[in-house]
Amino acid sequence: MPRISQAWPAVAAALLASCYATSASAYTAYVTNEKDNSLSVIDTDKLEVIKTVKIGQRPRGIVMSNDGKWIIVCTSDDNDVKVYDAKTLEFVKTLPSGPDPELLTLHPDGKRLYIANEDDNLVTVVDIETSKVLTEIPVGVEPEGMGMSPDGKVLVNTSETTNMAHFIDTQNHKTFDNVLVDSRPRVAMFNSAQTQLWVSSEVGGTVAVINPADRKIITKINFEIPGVEKEAIQPVGIRITQDGKFAFIALGPANRVAVVDTSTFKVLKYILVGQRVWQMYFTPDGKLLFTTNGASNDVSVIDVASQKAIKSIKVGRYPWGVVVSPN
Amino acid sequence: MVFPSTRPTERSRISARITGWQTTCAALLLALAFARPAAAEEASPKPAPIPIPSTQPASVNVQILYVKENVSKELPLSLLDQPNPDDGIAGAKLGIADNNTTGRFLNQTFKMDVLEGDIDELIKGATEKLASGDNFIIADVAPDSLLKLADALKDKPAQIFNVGNPDDSVREENCRPNVMHTAPTRTMLADALAQYLVWKKWPNWLLVVGPSPKDQLLADAYRRAAKKFGAKIVEERQFKIDTGNRRADGGFEQIQQQIPQFMQGAKDHDIVLVVDEDQVFADYFPYRTWVPRPIAGSAGLVASSWHPALELWGGTQFQNRFKKLTGRIMRPIDYDAWVATRAIGEATSRKQTSDFKTLRDFMHSPNFDVAAFKGVATSFRSWNGQLREPLIVSTPKQLVSVSPQPGFLHQFSVLDTLGLDKPETKCKAYTQ
Repeated sequence: MPRISQAWPAVAAALLASCYATSASAYTAYVTNEKDNSLSVIDTDKLEVIKTVKIGQRPRGIVMSNDGKWIIVCTSDDNDVKVYDAKTLEFVKTLPSGPDPELLTLHPDGKRLYIANEDDNLVTVVDIETSKVLTEIPVGVEPEGMGMSPDGKVLVNTSETTNMAHFIDTQNHKTFDNVLVDSRPRVAMFNSAQTQLWVSSEVGGTVAVINPADRKIITKINFEIPGVEKEAIQPVGIRITQDGKFAFIALGPANRVAVVDTSTFKVLKYILVGQRVWQMYFTPDGKLLFTTNGASNDVSVIDVASQKAIKSIKVGRYPWGVVVSPN
Repeated sequence: MVFPSTRPTERSRISARITGWQTTCAALLLALAFARPAAAEEASPKPAPIPIPSTQPASVNVQILYVKENVSKELPLSLLDQPNPDDGIAGAKLGIADNNTTGRFLNQTFKMDVLEGDIDELIKGATEKLASGDNFIIADVAPDSLLKLADALKDKPAQIFNVGNPDDSVREENCRPNVMHTAPTRTMLADALAQYLVWKKWPNWLLVVGPSPKDQLLADAYRRAAKKFGAKIVEERQFKIDTGNRRADGGFEQIQQQIPQFMQGAKDHDIVLVVDEDQVFADYFPYRTWVPRPIAGSAGLVASSWHPALELWGGTQFQNRFKKLTGRIMRPIDYDAWVATRAIGEATSRKQTSDFKTLRDFMHSPNFDVAAFKGVATSFRSWNGQLREPLIVSTPKQLVSVSPQPGFLHQFSVLDTLGLDKPETKCKAYTQ
């Protein structure tokens, strides 16, 4: 499989020398390595791993506190969520989560953390300052994707076996609508204007775009890649550019990230990345997109403007989640 | 690429971002002012408000019947393999629980009745239950009994799911249009294992075949698989030793002498395939052969629809839910029954009705699939109603691989490289 080849470091280095070293992106990316129980820390300017630290067991979902002080990681096999200092990477505290937490999202208020508990069909809401469980919201079988509306009023949770996107009112924490999507929905993502909600169906092989106002499916996006069998096209991660023009969809074992025009819903491009690409994160300036490639133990760096993979960075085994610091 | 030519200072970068955010806020507020003038006074940005409705969908109730035939057969060798009274039933129960969790959001409920008895009792009971709305019947019965049940219900609104037997004939020459099958067939299981052995480049097999008629059918499936995938059965031996009671104080002293003796003088082979569907002697073979060779088939490396240690594709949560519900590990028949129950639930949530014909037709249509912890969608073959699914190749404690193997191709679905394919089918009743 023609993955980013051995020659890439040299090419990337040349690219970096010509333009990248002068870029504005001195952020830090944090990658959870599911199999290694570790966190790889990447300098987004140098595009290299600057530190690897051991954290809890089976780290998966990762978010950053809104002020950038903490990184918050689902340590699934410890059945809790751990908080680390983003600068020193020292352990701060444990948050209660219920068993086997996988993905999480933070409310714009910076306090309320919403955690998907796959084993209990619940979304747990935790105050990250007081470390107290505020409430538990019953959802479908195997809750996974967590999409927070930009205004913080609605949380969308996807349940993998129920095949729904559950719309939850964040004021009373009640489900107010449920939209059926294709099999095994993994990720839910709003655009910043809150006019579209994108939901990826891993086994169904599609991405549904839902109008949040009436919860009707606007369209379903299909993917076709010559030479890649249909079953290998498994959409998971979704990121939408801040201007709302492009959506990047990670296609799992198809080893590609699709770029979709959000007004025509046409797939513009398939970017070849590492193997089994799942989660992604933009740098705050929107210039780079980092992807975790579970089966090839690396992170691909996509240049957003040119829609090209510019580098592959070796991390730990089975990289799962990624987040980039706001500063 | 558009990158600034000089690197801004930390401060200027932060202020640039703040300015960007303020611009976004202003734009959002502006948009809001047009969309909802009444809310314009609120300070926080509120892009495209999401209204919250209060309607609920109409209620739907689906009833399922599980029938289990009482059979007396020799107990498997290992204490670990002894049957549980709720084998299969427990999987369907988990399926009902999962369907109800989903149903909660759609105002749908699922109920299950369970009947156990001989086939005549089951047919009588199923006919009665059908009259009170149990249109979907999950059947753990012998092949002959399955045909009897199907024929007894043939003009009634009933859809039967076979979870109880791997018999190819009930999917082929004896297929019935009102039966779908979630249990894998012997040919599928043999193909799954064969593909792995061929991928491993272990193509020379010694076949040891047990005495039961089922073993003869399974041996046929291996012979067919060898031919299909280019392996060679170098020799066949019939295992006719009376195994006696599975348990006796001692016993191993004699087995340790008998098995090597039985295996003496065989033609050169890569692997021994032991064919023993009821698992009454296959487990005597590992580590007792004359020459040191691995064992596969009914002991050692085995193909199945499910493995109690499978954790791929979200399987961990599935295993945990099962264990919480039943206190034991999940067996293949539990999985097969869960898939049948989930298929019914999936059809109901997609069609939002309990109308039998709508649900039945949808499950038979090429548009139907169900996610069943196999990484890819499972679906039903249009020519005989057999579940199309990846199969697990494993040792007793751990998964070794998942078939189809890389390199085995198919013009429509690689999953159809397992078992009898459309051009080979002898099922006529199904498509009529």
